[in-house]
Amino acid sequence: MWKWLHPYANPEVSYHFAGRLIPWFSKLTFILLFIGIVWALLFVPADYQQGNSFRIFYLHVPAAILSMSIYVAMAIAALSSLVWQIKLADASAAAMAPVGAVFTAIALITGAAWGRPTWGTWWIWDARLTSELILLFLYLGVIALHNAFEDKTLSGKAAGILALVGVVNIPIIKYSVEWWNTLHQGSTVSKLGAPSMASSMYWPFLVCFIGFICFVTWIICLRFRNEILARNAMRAWVRDLVNNTEVK
Amino acid sequence: MPAHSPSLLSAHQLTCIREERILFEHLNLTINCGDIIQVEGPNGAGKTSLLRILAGLSQPYEGQVHFNEIAINDEREFYNQNLLYIGHLAGIKGEMTAQENLEFALSLSGLDAFTAEQTLNQVDLLGFEDALASHLSAGQHRRIALAKLWQSKAPVWILDEPFTAIDKNGVKKLEQLMVNHAKNGGCVILTTHQDLSIDKNLYKKVTLEYRFF
Amino acid sequence: MNKRNDIAIEIKASLSYKEAFMLIFKRDLTIAFRHKDDILNPLLFFIIVITLFPLGIGPESNTLAKIAPGIIWVAALLSTLLSLDRLFKSDYLDGSLEQMLLSPHPLFIIVLGKVIAHWCLTGLPIIFIAPLLGLLLHLEENSYSALMLTLLIGTPILSFLGAIGVALTVGIKKGGVLLSLLVLPLYIPVLIFATSAIDTAAMNLPYSGQLAIIGALLIGSITLSPFAVSAALKVSTN
Repeated sequence: MWKWLHPYANPEVSYHFAGRLIPWFSKLTFILLFIGIVWALLFVPADYQQGNSFRIFYLHVPAAILSMSIYVAMAIAALSSLVWQIKLADASAAAMAPVGAVFTAIALITGAAWGRPTWGTWWIWDARLTSELILLFLYLGVIALHNAFEDKTLSGKAAGILALVGVVNIPIIKYSVEWWNTLHQGSTVSKLGAPSMASSMYWPFLVCFIGFICFVTWIICLRFRNEILARNAMRAWVRDLVNNTEVK
Repeated sequence: MPAHSPSLLSAHQLTCIREERILFEHLNLTINCGDIIQVEGPNGAGKTSLLRILAGLSQPYEGQVHFNEIAINDEREFYNQNLLYIGHLAGIKGEMTAQENLEFALSLSGLDAFTAEQTLNQVDLLGFEDALASHLSAGQHRRIALAKLWQSKAPVWILDEPFTAIDKNGVKKLEQLMVNHAKNGGCVILTTHQDLSIDKNLYKKVTLEYRFF
Repeated sequence: MNKRNDIAIEIKASLSYKEAFMLIFKRDLTIAFRHKDDILNPLLFFIIVITLFPLGIGPESNTLAKIAPGIIWVAALLSTLLSLDRLFKSDYLDGSLEQMLLSPHPLFIIVLGKVIAHWCLTGLPIIFIAPLLGLLLHLEENSYSALMLTLLIGTPILSFLGAIGVALTVGIKKGGVLLSLLVLPLYIPVLIFATSAIDTAAMNLPYSGQLAIIGALLIGSITLSPFAVSAALKVSTN
């Protein structure tokens, strides 16, 4: 049933496969993000409550959604690497971690920038912001563990275990932070974050969101190829590849 | 290798990569009952790595180790009962006495702890049983660790540099013990920089070359 | 044909889980009691951190009473973190950890024994000293039982979750700072529910809900974390 997947367990095949994906996703990223951002910033009418400051959501919401999805994807990669001993899954998890961390940071920074005009303060101990901050810590832990070992295979396994422990903990942390938040202050604040979108706002959002997904896939493909090269530096095919590109 | 050979321990197509250097690739090894195998090679050739892979402490990059035709990763506890591994480090706690250390080591391997005192006698540590291990020398630590060999019922012995810090007399005793173990149907895999003084016909050598990439 | 099977020992029935657990548990306690610094230092750290807060914030009893649960729990987290290194580090350095991994006893039981021994040496002393420190911080009278109960159920979770972090970093030379980065985010739910239970108790309201959640976290960490620790130890000793 999974036979068609087998060739992709070979690093060389995966390397070239990811290479073929890159031009498609890079083009899609530029087209979609250009359309989406121009549409969102220039043509969507301003919000009657928040004025123009709501437009940061076209960056903030995709970043927040992706920050969590990338973590889950990383944990799935880590699981398949630990259970089925797929070495490439390690490489893909290593490729995803910094991208996810950057998107978490973007979500936090844009959230703060939006909070300044809306709530009158850069930071508020809102449940969403707090759990996003903790997610950033979890990412940084995984990245630090990736860098801590000399041996790439070991660091991949260790970081994979941590990612799995984290993914079990994320719902618990999220729930407890929400609970803590409602206990300590009124829950009115977080309600602002979830407006029901009018369709004129929704379509550009969808374009932006898909654009960001393409962007993330593109970056991860690039990083994935680098990880494969770093892990197989002593293999003949990598040396051939390097020698050939130098000749050209 | 015929498929029905009575191999006790066998390694198939082992590849080991450390810090982006291939230590060995597609290594096959068959160890039968009664074998004593000395793994030799220069420093950094992967002797310890090979022994740790055979013991199941490290995972090879590729390949598998089988004990009794069963992959060791599938039947971990079964293999552990049949294995005695003594590595570079003696695993001796300075806060415990020589006897307590040995008792713990024996019980951890599922052996009877009450034989500890008489076993210490075998390794010439009688009189030191109540001394804290932190007061003993490196050679004495090594002897406590090796004392398990006298009690072990496990057929597979994997010994990484067992003669380090052991005096000549002790080395003789250990070699005799290994020969007896092999005669009783066990096998011994060891690394050592000294040549074994036992009969050439009794043991085999496996040589690992140093590889630069 | 069965020549090879004669020599292999079949799994003995005599290996009982309880014996294996007690073996590890007693050994770790013996070592700790002969090396008392390891028990005393985290406890002293706990006490000193707590005495620093009134000095930094001011001696006003209302303020102190309000932040007392948080201070005690944060100090408990930090002192547990400080003591975690002992859990596997020395065993890793002298090679005992390898022998434990190669033991025919299930690794799950060995890890369980080590973590519970660790809790007895760090969690229990904290629980005994906590009421005294509550007194220094003018903790509300109603809160004492909640403080004790949350510490009793909560500190084992700290040991179990911390064991995962320490098992991951035991092979790294400077793993101390990394350990706090890995472990502290995982401690957040315990901190939240424990302090809120103490706060609720101060208002004379029932806090059994929070206790039940901490209990659930405890059960979860006892059953799941030894697997993660075993996997992490295998990676670290590789």
